[in-house]
Amino acid sequence: MLKINNLHVKLEEEDKQILKGVDLEVPAGAVHAIMGPNGSGKSTLSYVLSGRDGYEVTEGGAALEGEDILEMEPEERAAAGLFLAFQYPVEIPGVGNMTFLRTALNAQRTARGEEELSAADFLKVVREKAKSLKIDADMLKRPVNVGFSGGEKKRNEILQMAMLEPKMCILDETDSGLDVDAMRLVSEGVNALRDEGRAFLVITHYQRLLDHIKPDVVHIMADGRIVKSGGPELALEVENNGYADILSEVA
Amino acid sequence: MALPQVKLDATEARLAPLTLPDGAVWATKAREEALARFRAMGVPTGRDEYWRFTKPDSLNAPEAPEAALFEGDENPAFCDIDRLSVVFRDGVFDAEASDDLTLEGVEIARLADVMVQDIHWAKDLYGVLEARGQDPVVRPFAALNTAFATDGVVVRVTGKPSKPLHFRYLHEKTDSDAILHFLVKVEEGADVTILEGGPAAARFNKCFEVDVADRAAFHHVRSQGRDHERRAVTHVFARLGEESTFKSFTLTANGRLTRNEAFIELTGDNAVAHIAGAAVGDGDFHHDDTVFITHDAVNCESRQVFKKVLKNGAVGTFQGKILVKAGAQKTDGYQISQSLLLDEDAQFLAKPELEIYADDVACSHGSTSGAIDEEALFYLRSRGVPEAEAQDLLVLAFLAEAIDEIEDEGIAEDMRTRLEGWLLRHRS
Repeated sequence: MLKINNLHVKLEEEDKQILKGVDLEVPAGAVHAIMGPNGSGKSTLSYVLSGRDGYEVTEGGAALEGEDILEMEPEERAAAGLFLAFQYPVEIPGVGNMTFLRTALNAQRTARGEEELSAADFLKVVREKAKSLKIDADMLKRPVNVGFSGGEKKRNEILQMAMLEPKMCILDETDSGLDVDAMRLVSEGVNALRDEGRAFLVITHYQRLLDHIKPDVVHIMADGRIVKSGGPELALEVENNGYADILSEVA
Repeated sequence: MALPQVKLDATEARLAPLTLPDGAVWATKAREEALARFRAMGVPTGRDEYWRFTKPDSLNAPEAPEAALFEGDENPAFCDIDRLSVVFRDGVFDAEASDDLTLEGVEIARLADVMVQDIHWAKDLYGVLEARGQDPVVRPFAALNTAFATDGVVVRVTGKPSKPLHFRYLHEKTDSDAILHFLVKVEEGADVTILEGGPAAARFNKCFEVDVADRAAFHHVRSQGRDHERRAVTHVFARLGEESTFKSFTLTANGRLTRNEAFIELTGDNAVAHIAGAAVGDGDFHHDDTVFITHDAVNCESRQVFKKVLKNGAVGTFQGKILVKAGAQKTDGYQISQSLLLDEDAQFLAKPELEIYADDVACSHGSTSGAIDEEALFYLRSRGVPEAEAQDLLVLAFLAEAIDEIEDEGIAEDMRTRLEGWLLRHRS
């Protein structure tokens, strides 16, 4: 599904290399997790993949289902099936959550040459999916993320994911700012989307999210590279011993 | 104080092509007094405090500068709203194109007919609120309007008419110089909605005098015409009685020069005045909102919400004042003026003013100027919304607070649709 090949990325504004040769392949149906200390480049990887400004790819590439995505505009990547659940979902005063969801969904459908969803059909689907995430009518009506609690914002991200049905979902520290109940709710939302045709890349600091969203593979990222990959037990090792052991092992 | 010679000369030059219209004794008196006011103030110059942001030259010119007609493909504003239309062509009432002026709960008459009648209620309003609004800041073009207007409409609202009145201004001659004057007297407990739409003329001078009696309500929504080269100077003077409501919203898209002034006095306790505007300009566009709200009663609320979206050299200006007189306790005053500058060439000039002589009031004001929020833009794009569409969505979101001031959802939707259309046509 997602294939990242020797990806080197520097900041556009300053001469600072963040990613120094990332190799990663996430097959369809799989859940991969990336863990790593602060400043290792995890979030940069998610931003570069989704097309945020400010980064320059100096070497290597990334492909979604064989198609180079790094040359695409962010909206083209979304239409191609990429989705980033933001670590800090953006507040957009004045744009209703429903309007936002419907605009996004129909823009993607149009880009893919599909018909737009009618208002009635859209409403039916969004109500159903919102209900399972405990998102009430009021949250749907309010402006996007404005006045939402941390947990509400993250649930709203998962609702967007559920509505847009992407092929490749990247979750950037979705557990940050969540209490135990909210984490369970969000994880259930994610798990409900697990599917043979869909892949996940879960970026997190902590093992506890991976108790809920069980990964097939765990990667450890440090200093702009994937330094170690393994099964779910790798996450437990990090939880128990920190990163120091692993980092010294691979150094 | 004597005016400088250069101002005197310009003032007389401005008056040269004009003659005071004939009318009843009271009408002539009102016009002569207005002319005297105008002569005493003189035409504005860039040295005058309230004309530093807006060049008055094209308004001072004796003849209207030419303005090409605009071939729009849009339906006229409010065409889907059930309404009573009063049509003016280049500032002249067109009875044929207008609806029948009878409607329950309201008396409507043509100003030209009223000004020759010996006895008419208009006598107590014509030029009266305008004259009050000349202090402490002069508004010469309003005095000029009172002196020379021959056409317009006078409206006395005694009930709750079943539909809005719509003043529709057609622009058909490239050199037309229109002056229209309107009186709206909303009697106690009455409630009316007035819509205005259209470019009106190459140069348009319009004056509203609105008296809202106790427990009465006046709703006003206007869409200024899209002719790129038109110029307009408009004034609304309003007096509000006890527990009365005044709500006004203006959409301005295009126009080489627009100066919209409002002078609103809250004279009865518990009155509410909201005035809002959304202006969008691309290129040769100068839009000026100059607002003066006076609180002269207890527990009144006023809101000023002005939003401007500017690009490609367009200029927006805002001068807004809240004056709270001694004794106007429990005043709740709010003022916000904001611009969204879509490129480096657009300009926004703002001058918020508060002057407060009561000690138990809550007044807030804010003025900002900024660009599109890149974070929000990326967020929308990352969800698949194409960049241009995402930007339009954010622009509409920026304007929402102003549009939300329109109470009638159908009319608000009409304004939103117009803005969407404009944004679509002006994508860069």
